[in-house]
Amino acid sequence: MGFGNYRTPHSYGYVMTERSSPHAIQSLEMRGVVKRFPGVMALKGVDFDVRAGEIHALLGENGAGKSTLMKILYGLYQPTDGEIVLNGTPVTIHSPHDSISRGIGMIHQHFMLVPSLTVAENVALGMKSGRGSMLDLKQIAKALNELSERYNLKIDPKRPIWQLAVGEQQRVEIIRALYRGAALLILDEPTAVLTPQESDHLFTVLKQMAAEGHAVIFISHKLHEVLAISNRITVLRDGARVDTIPTVGATKLSLAEMMVGRPVVLEYEVPPPAAEGVVRLKLEAVSAMSERGDLGLREAALEVRGGEILGVAGVSGNGQHELAEVIAGMRPAVNGKIIINGAVSTNITPEVLRKRGVAYIPEERMIDGVVGKFTVAENYVLKTHGEKTYTRGGLWLNMRAVANACRKAIHNYEIKTPGTDTPIKNLSGGNIQKLVLARELAENPGVLIAAQPTRGVDIGATEYIHRRLLDERAKGTAILLISEDLDEVMALSDRIIVMYEGQIVGEVVRGAYDVRHIGALMAGVTAEALEDSA
Amino acid sequence: MNILEVLGSIFTASVAAATLRLATPYLFAAIGETFAQRSGLLNLGVDGIMLMGAFSAFYAVLMTGNLLVGLAAAMIIGGLMGLAMAFISVTLKAQQGISGIGLYLFGLGMSELLFQTLVGTPKSIQGFPPIYIPGLSDIQFLGIGRIFFSQNILVYLAFLSVPVSAFIFNRTNFGLKIRAVGQNPAAADAMDVSVTRVRYATQIIGGVMAGVAGASLSIALLDVFQQNLTGGMGFIAVALVYFGRWKPLGVMLGALLFSFVNALQLQISAVGIQIPPEFSTMAPYVITIIALVFAGKQSERPTALTVPFQRGE
Repeated sequence: MGFGNYRTPHSYGYVMTERSSPHAIQSLEMRGVVKRFPGVMALKGVDFDVRAGEIHALLGENGAGKSTLMKILYGLYQPTDGEIVLNGTPVTIHSPHDSISRGIGMIHQHFMLVPSLTVAENVALGMKSGRGSMLDLKQIAKALNELSERYNLKIDPKRPIWQLAVGEQQRVEIIRALYRGAALLILDEPTAVLTPQESDHLFTVLKQMAAEGHAVIFISHKLHEVLAISNRITVLRDGARVDTIPTVGATKLSLAEMMVGRPVVLEYEVPPPAAEGVVRLKLEAVSAMSERGDLGLREAALEVRGGEILGVAGVSGNGQHELAEVIAGMRPAVNGKIIINGAVSTNITPEVLRKRGVAYIPEERMIDGVVGKFTVAENYVLKTHGEKTYTRGGLWLNMRAVANACRKAIHNYEIKTPGTDTPIKNLSGGNIQKLVLARELAENPGVLIAAQPTRGVDIGATEYIHRRLLDERAKGTAILLISEDLDEVMALSDRIIVMYEGQIVGEVVRGAYDVRHIGALMAGVTAEALEDSA
Repeated sequence: MNILEVLGSIFTASVAAATLRLATPYLFAAIGETFAQRSGLLNLGVDGIMLMGAFSAFYAVLMTGNLLVGLAAAMIIGGLMGLAMAFISVTLKAQQGISGIGLYLFGLGMSELLFQTLVGTPKSIQGFPPIYIPGLSDIQFLGIGRIFFSQNILVYLAFLSVPVSAFIFNRTNFGLKIRAVGQNPAAADAMDVSVTRVRYATQIIGGVMAGVAGASLSIALLDVFQQNLTGGMGFIAVALVYFGRWKPLGVMLGALLFSFVNALQLQISAVGIQIPPEFSTMAPYVITIIALVFAGKQSERPTALTVPFQRGE
């Protein structure tokens, strides 16, 4: 692999200001990095390098080792072996203290912000104050406003974090890293929480930073983003580097193959819906409270017919979570009606809902989907263990029947597990999700609520789950597919509704899908305003 | 005796003065515990530290006759017990509820053992005298001079600790670190704040203040030591932190409420009203439980309370 041809597209026009780039990072190399966790080899000797002025994408599936590698660079983990070379000199990074003082900043997947503190207080945290042991928030606010203007990242230093939307919180993280003088910025899956428009804006900012001489590492598993923003791409698979290639010349298909290690299908053929099915799931003006204590779901109305997939798009935290839970019987509806197969089913227990043919793939599979310490077989019968087939006289479990049924599911759903009595938490995300799917589909549901069914799942399992969902659709199941991955929603759904601040703000039918249009709805631009501007 | 006379004989300036006096141990202990809780540590052993602080202050005064030596002894013992608690909670990451109860039982037993071995029979000492603030202590109007300006030094210090701690929490770097560590230790860690160091510091502050709280009983208010001198005041102090919603001012209001009930209880029995003493003894605890039920959710609540921090989890 020659990267001799590689040239940085930007000049090294260093803009040295008082704060923004006191630590010059010309190059940073990680050589032969090994990380061993108890029982797992997370990184098997990875080489990686980044230079000033470039955006280097780190691509790989969940569990490939991207975050682990970057946490080592940021000092949150210690490598088992290998070295880090900064501007040609080997360095050791024991903690975030070392990385920050060398000019490395990181935007974590889970934001490192304190919700009750203001933007300025979050920036002040851990820094020396100009006024000794007193806080100097005024001076910080002034500097933040300057940075905010320079990079076109709008923030209000005085507002507490908990009042900010996720996109704004991310801006705070980026500005904080810049304020701290980061010359190298690591972003861990930064677009997961953004609308397409917000992502575009982020890309503009990152390109500006690179043009000013910052080095940027962009972690992602989304192929089109990586192609759109990076100069070079390093692909990781199973803790090892597959290759590092210049972005020019790479394609989605070639990258996907590198990630997975075999040819993959990226687009599906979705046959047109057969006959118009009956309405199996109907919501009439359903509202529900969120954990924050306000109305997280407001007057939601929708219909899903048998043999149809209704996609729900939206930025995380706009009511999708409440929508899924209220239908699944896990959250009370404060008003409105939920009708399943013609029967009013508002505020009834999940057990009764199950008998009425509702299956639910929850968003947080380790919390609401499975019991981590239970075995694969026990998790398989979590819902149905009271049924005659699995008990002796309704009193105690027939473990042999349970194991047999589970073995069948393992075979049918191609679940990779050492056995039926392995604690399920030892399985990979994709295999756990397949088991949840097997359990939920076992009773041939009429209605399936699939919330983020492929989040944190590898491409192979994602492909499999998508095919299963399409099979269910062909069988006549009404499917509500809630996902923050717009590509997924567009690939599978017959119709898409968009949620914003707890409301359904728009609907689009297959054939009229347009990322800009859906993205604008996700950002709260009303359908009318969109038409006016068109 | 008509009802007004009864009320008049109960709500007197001496009750008001006693309220401030009795608030002192609650305040020291609860403000100290606020430091610990704001950083995410629950110390149920406050009462044990108070007992050890009370004994060490009492014993040091008995031996040396010097009140400041007594106070210093309570601070040192309190600080050491805070350090022990920090080691257990932060370094060993033990269950804080259980280890706190352990610390309490240790303090309860140890203070009595030491008292029996070193002192033996009940003795009293000369505690901190009232300080009459010139000019102000002579104000006769509503008994203000007597209530507010004729108290001993520890009473003044206890009330001073309220604005001082509020200032530390809200205006200083250290306070910001405490709040951040209690709310999102992972974020604080990623921003180069040592979670361990901050939590050790707050727990030691909490220990020192609990020690002083004990000393305020044995060498300023009661001037004696006996078995279980505190009678569970340390537990009330922990509850007061919840009651006051982790804010020094709220903690102070709670402390005043409790000490007022205490003072009233003394006065009622002094006046000779026939209420079974058990009721008035129970009252503070009942109020504590009610207050806790209504304390509910709060944005200032340290969300990492009782959760040990482990980097990378």
